[in-house]
Order: sequence, then structure tokens, then C-alpha cells
Amino acid sequence: MEFVKNVPFFCIMLCMVSAVISSMLPRKAARWITVFLSMAVAVMNLWLLCFLLRSNESFTYMMGHFPAPWGNELRGGLLEALMTIVFSLVILSSALGGMDKQEVQIDEAKQNLFSVMLDLVLAGMVSMVYTNDLFTGYVFIEILTLASCVLIMARQNGRTMVSATRYMIMSLLGSGLITIGITITYSLTGHLLMENIHESMVALHQSGSYEGPITVVIGLFFVGVGIKSALFPFHTWLADAYSYSTPAASSILSSVVSKTYIFFLIKILYRTIGFEVIRDNRVLELMFLFGIAAMIFGSLSAISSHDLRRMCAFSSVAQIGYIYAAMGLTLEAGFVAALYHMLVHSLAKSSMFIAASSLSDVSGNSKRFSDLRGAGFRHRTAGVCFTVSAMSIVGIPPLGGFISKLYFGKAAFAYGGAHMWVMLLALALSTLLNVLYFMKTVITLYRPARHDFENPDYRPDRRANAAMWLMTAANLLAGFLAQPIADLVHRGLAMFV
Amino acid sequence: MTKKNDSTFKSRFMSWLSGENSPLDDELESIVSGEEEAGLDMLSFERAELEEEKLELRRDKLLLDEVAESRRMHLWAKTKGAKWLNVFYRTTAFILCAAIIFFLLSTVVALPPFGAEDNPYNNEVSQRYIEQGIPETGAVNFVAGMILDYRAFDTFGESTVLFVASCGVIFLLKLGDHAPGKPSKAMLEAEYDDRHHEPKNDGILQFAAKFLTPVILLFGIYIVLNGHISPGGGFSGGAVMGAGLILYLTAFGFEKTRRFFTYKMTRWISVLPLLCYAGMKSYSFFTGANHIPGGVPLGTPGAILSSGFILPLNICVGLIVMCTMYTFYALFRKGGM
Repeated sequence: MEFVKNVPFFCIMLCMVSAVISSMLPRKAARWITVFLSMAVAVMNLWLLCFLLRSNESFTYMMGHFPAPWGNELRGGLLEALMTIVFSLVILSSALGGMDKQEVQIDEAKQNLFSVMLDLVLAGMVSMVYTNDLFTGYVFIEILTLASCVLIMARQNGRTMVSATRYMIMSLLGSGLITIGITITYSLTGHLLMENIHESMVALHQSGSYEGPITVVIGLFFVGVGIKSALFPFHTWLADAYSYSTPAASSILSSVVSKTYIFFLIKILYRTIGFEVIRDNRVLELMFLFGIAAMIFGSLSAISSHDLRRMCAFSSVAQIGYIYAAMGLTLEAGFVAALYHMLVHSLAKSSMFIAASSLSDVSGNSKRFSDLRGAGFRHRTAGVCFTVSAMSIVGIPPLGGFISKLYFGKAAFAYGGAHMWVMLLALALSTLLNVLYFMKTVITLYRPARHDFENPDYRPDRRANAAMWLMTAANLLAGFLAQPIADLVHRGLAMFV
Repeated sequence: MTKKNDSTFKSRFMSWLSGENSPLDDELESIVSGEEEAGLDMLSFERAELEEEKLELRRDKLLLDEVAESRRMHLWAKTKGAKWLNVFYRTTAFILCAAIIFFLLSTVVALPPFGAEDNPYNNEVSQRYIEQGIPETGAVNFVAGMILDYRAFDTFGESTVLFVASCGVIFLLKLGDHAPGKPSKAMLEAEYDDRHHEPKNDGILQFAAKFLTPVILLFGIYIVLNGHISPGGGFSGGAVMGAGLILYLTAFGFEKTRRFFTYKMTRWISVLPLLCYAGMKSYSFFTGANHIPGGVPLGTPGAILSSGFILPLNICVGLIVMCTMYTFYALFRKGGM
């Protein structure tokens, strides 16, 4: 076996061990460990990606001395490597960009624990992306849930406490539904390994038995993951959680944690239960409907919010709606669009949260639009970063958001019928609303300020600036390299089954 | 002339650009035009003042109307609206719950019957665990062999869940001493509360605890060490040991436990076993996946020193569970140790 196939295992173990060690280290060391760790994960996965591009086939990795249905197994392919690279880059830049804020907003004695949680989010992300076993996935869902709850309440004030409690309750409900789903799947198929479940599911589907339980299983996984990733009717925990926690936390929660859950759902739907089964089972129509509703209502909530970070949070609801609506079409093109949009959106949204916090720093720590006038001149890096990511989300041509909208449209045309019109209309309306609130913000940022903000304590945050430049570059690259990335997603999805 | 200029698109755009007037701001800006200009035409100061007074009166009246309206709405929302909303909310919640219960129960009924011989989960997986379990893992206890050898990665994840949970509780509840050695105000308050609410020098409790604690701890250690031979293992044994420590703490208070169990030590006792677990399992994952012969001697099944890594792994898990339980109790009680 080639040595490079050890990469996923190395990444997981490295993250877990660093998390455990960081809990005993002073805060500065712990912070830098997170940064270097995410960098190492990105580099190692890049190596794996290059290898997979050459070999052009997926591989499995035996965790221990026993082969798959008995022992645990990891599985790597192009898609997994690509996702891990992007997510670890997001964690890298969020950890770097939020570092100085962390110093102010979190109790000094507890800052190393914050880094522990970031490491564990990284570990959970890598494991959930690479695992080939439903139960291992569930264990890491638990780790991610607990770690992200701590990330929300890290900045300890009333609002974050309430939102962390709300998140905890909603998220545990989601975990519960997923467990019930796994249990029913196990009693229907007798397996936890994804390939074996797929085989039995296809057999059950062809014989036409157990149709009801299979529908319930799909519904349970969909609703469970939907709650955890803030799909529209279950999104009530999101706004406060994203807008009052530390910038690193909100950027990682919105772009890594929720996307990891969605990726796991894609793994379950596309690989485990099987594409044919979910296509013939109409329960995912519900996913389409919820997605469409999220696209519209998320944008409407974003328009009516007076607070920059709250607006970004609601815009996440809308963007997650796009992803779910595309998956709800149950077409291969829909999954490609959803995956591509996940990448683009996680890059854009994380940079947006970091930039938003820098912008409110130079505006007297206010997040209100009326105080943010001229913030783009007071903090040029953050202004540019915010503008680029807003343009990417809205879908201005050279940037990634445009390409993903193109793919959404393509998927809708491939489906045809009433769904096509609904999807296209929702896409147009939501884009229009996006333009309304994002361009309003960008224009506000570049208008002359009403009064000066003199803050003697303010000093430019060099690490956040570096992180913002990194993210702006990543956003631009995601747009300019749209074709190669989309090809990668295509090939990865073909390798997925 | 000026009036005409004001209405052209360019001039409006310029004035908006320079920040004078904007439809974008979320708060209403009270710039009243038009009537003031009529006053300017006449160049009469008194007239302008009069107009302004009139305007102010009108504005006050509008404001009063608005306040009254909003009060009325709030009143409605608080009384009738709240009632309607409550009724609506409860009915929907009830219907939703009933529907979910119905769907889940009907699914359970439709599943393969529990315990039937030809169920899908009676397959080659469980067969190998039962038939090959002892020769392959060396553990007489199948469950221990399954969770700590076949599927040791999952169990590593579970131990990490405990670690995250204890870190989260520490994050939430631990009261910090900012100057080392000097307790903060919150800590003193917690100390006072603890003395006030918890039993102090309760003779019966202390007498019982004196006898029970060693027995419970020994029993816990026995369960952990025999995890691969008899039912039990790290998770259950650790819980028993944690219960013993909690009993001792309840009876004798923090001062006595602090002699042998400080906060730092609890942290180390949960961190080091996890690192050991990671080290041992990384070795066996790496050798297993790369097909490097690096086996650990399994010993004779049934002997205390047997079954390779399972015994040390059980000890690690037991220590982690014990510390997590103790941390939970101490932090929920006093916010420190």
C-alpha cells in the first residue's frame, strides 16, 4: 500500500492528540498549534489529492487488524480530499483572523480550551468526511455538537448563553433523530458499513419490501441533519448563535460545522442509501420545498435585520436553502451544484464574518448599519474582503457564486417540469433579495461617515489582515478556477459510489 | 432655479453621495423640506417660525398617535394575541408530536420482528465476533473484544466525547482565580454557598462513607481490570470509581479530597490516559493498515494478563470516565475543586 494513503488516519490522530495536549498548554502555544495543525492537514490532503488525481480511484483504509465489516474503515476519494483541504483552510484563516479578538472576548484562563475545541472541530470534520461507517460518523457528530456548543458560549454573556442552550437542545434533537435513523437502518440491513448498507438497500428496493421504513429512515436523516445545519424551519437557533459569539466561532460554525453535516448527509443519501433508492422515494420533495422556502425567507429575514453579523447569519440560512433545494432535485447535476456551492459559500461566509468583526472594530464596536458608514475607508482590508465575499455570494460573474448559480440553473433545467420553474423563480427572487441587502451593505461601507470614530486603544490587527487577504485570494481563486474545481467535483462524485 | 436643480437625478445622486440624505439608512431622518422653502420665499422670519411651530405641533400629535397605537397593539399582543398564539402553538405542537409518534411507531411495527432468527443483523458480522472473538482478540468478554479491538476507533471517539464534555463543563462553570493563589470574589461566594448547603460533619454519612468508599473503589478497580474476562470494562468500572469518589467528597468535603485529588491532577489523569489510548491504538492501526507484522501477544484467554492491548485500554477508559464524573460533580457543586 502506498504511504500517502495513511494521510486521513494521520490527520485524525494528529488533531485528536493536539486537542488533548492543548488542554494542558498555555493559551498562546495552544493557539499556534491550531494554526499549524490546520495548515498541516491542508498540505497533507493536497498531497493525497495529487496522488488520487494520478491514480484516479478511491481507496479504503483499514483502521486496525480487522477488515471492514468487522473493524472500522476509512475511505478516501477526490471529493473527500477536496472538502478537507477547503475546510481546513477555512479553519486556518478563521483561527488566525479571530486570534486577537479571542484575547479580549474570552476569559484568559479558558482560552486554551477554545483552541482545544477548534482542534476537535477539525478532527470531527476530517473523520466525518473520511469515515466509511455510519456509527463512526455518529460518534464524531457528537464531538462536533459538543465542541460547537462550547464555541458558541466561549464569549460568556447572556445572549450567547441563551443561544448556546437553544443550540444544544435543537442539536441534541437532531442527534436523536440521526441515531434512530441509524438504528432502523441497522435492523433493516444488519450493517453499519456504508457499502454493505448500500447493497442491502438496493436489494430491498428492488424487491419492494420495507418501503415505509426506508422512507422514514431517509426522512429521519434529512430532518436530523437539517436541524443541525439550520435548514429553514429549524433555523431559529442560528441567528443569535452566529451574531454574538466570537468571530472565529461564527465563521467556523457557519462554514465548516454546518457544511460537514451536509456532506455527511450527502454521503448517507448518495452513497449509503443509494441514488436510485432516494430518486424513486418521493420524500426528498420535502427537502426541495424546505430549501426553496429557506432561499426566500432567509433572505427576507436578512433584509429586515439591522445588525451586520445577524444579516450574515440569515444569509447563511438562504444559502443553505440553495444547497438543500439542489439536493432535493435528486439529480446528479443537483448534487454537483450543491457540493460546489458548499465550497464557494464556506469560503465566502467565513471571510465575511471575520471582515464584519474588523469593520465593527473601527466603528466604535457597533454592528449597526448606521454606524458602519465609511467603515470601508477606515479599514481598507476588511472593506475589500467583505466586498469580494459579498459579490461572490450574490453571484457577480468572475466569482464563485455566479458559477454555482449557473449550476443550480442547469440542474433545474435538467429536471424540467414544475420543479424547474419553481427553482428558477426562487433562484431569481433570492438573488434579487441578496443583491438588495448585500449591495446595501457594501454601499453603506463606502459612504462618508457621519462622525469620526476616535478610538485610542485601537491598533491594527495584523493577523486578521493576513487572514482576510488569504480569504479574499481564496474567494477569487474559487471563481477563476471554477472549471477545474467543478471537474474535480464531477470526478469525485463519480468516484463516490 | 435651485428648486429645479434639486430635482435632477445628478444633483440628488451627488447629495446622496456626500451623505446628506439617504433612503438606505434604517432610521428616519427628520429633514422636512417644501414648507420651509415657502417660508424662505417670503423672507419673513416670523412666518418661518410660525410654520415651524405648526410643524412641531403636528409632529407631536403624530408621535402621540403612534405611541397610543403601539400601546394598543402591545396590549392586544399581551392579552388576546398571546392567548391565540398559545392556543395555536399548543395545538400545532400536539398535532406534530402525535404525527411523529404515529410514524415512528408504525415504522417499528413494520421492522423485522425483534429477536427472530433470520433477521438481517444475524449475519457474518456478529457470527465472526462470536466465533472468532476469543482466538482473534484474546478476550473472553466478547463486548470488550468488540469495542476495544475490532472497533477501537469508535471507542476512542467515545472517550474523546467524554473529554470534550468535561472541557465544556470546565469552560462553563469553572471559577477562575486571576491572581494565582488568591481566590476571587465569585470563588469565595461559591465556597460560602457550599458550606451553607452541603452536609458538614454528618456523623452517619461519614461513618458509612468510611466503610463504603474503599469497597466501592476496589469494586470499580476490579470491574476495570477484569473487563476482558468478565462483564464490565472501562466505562462501567470508571463510573463505579467515580461514584465512590463522589461519595467520599459528599461526606468529607473538598478539604479532605484536595489532599489527594486536586484540579490539576484530575486534568492530568484524564489527559494522560487519552494520550496513551491514542498512542497504543495508533500503533495498532498503523501496523494493521500497512500490513506490518507488529502483533501484541494475546496470552491465554481467561488469564488476567491476556488479550493484548485490551487491558491497558480498559484502564485508560476507566480513568477517563472516573475523572469526567468527578469533574462534573465538583464543578456543578462549587465551580472548582
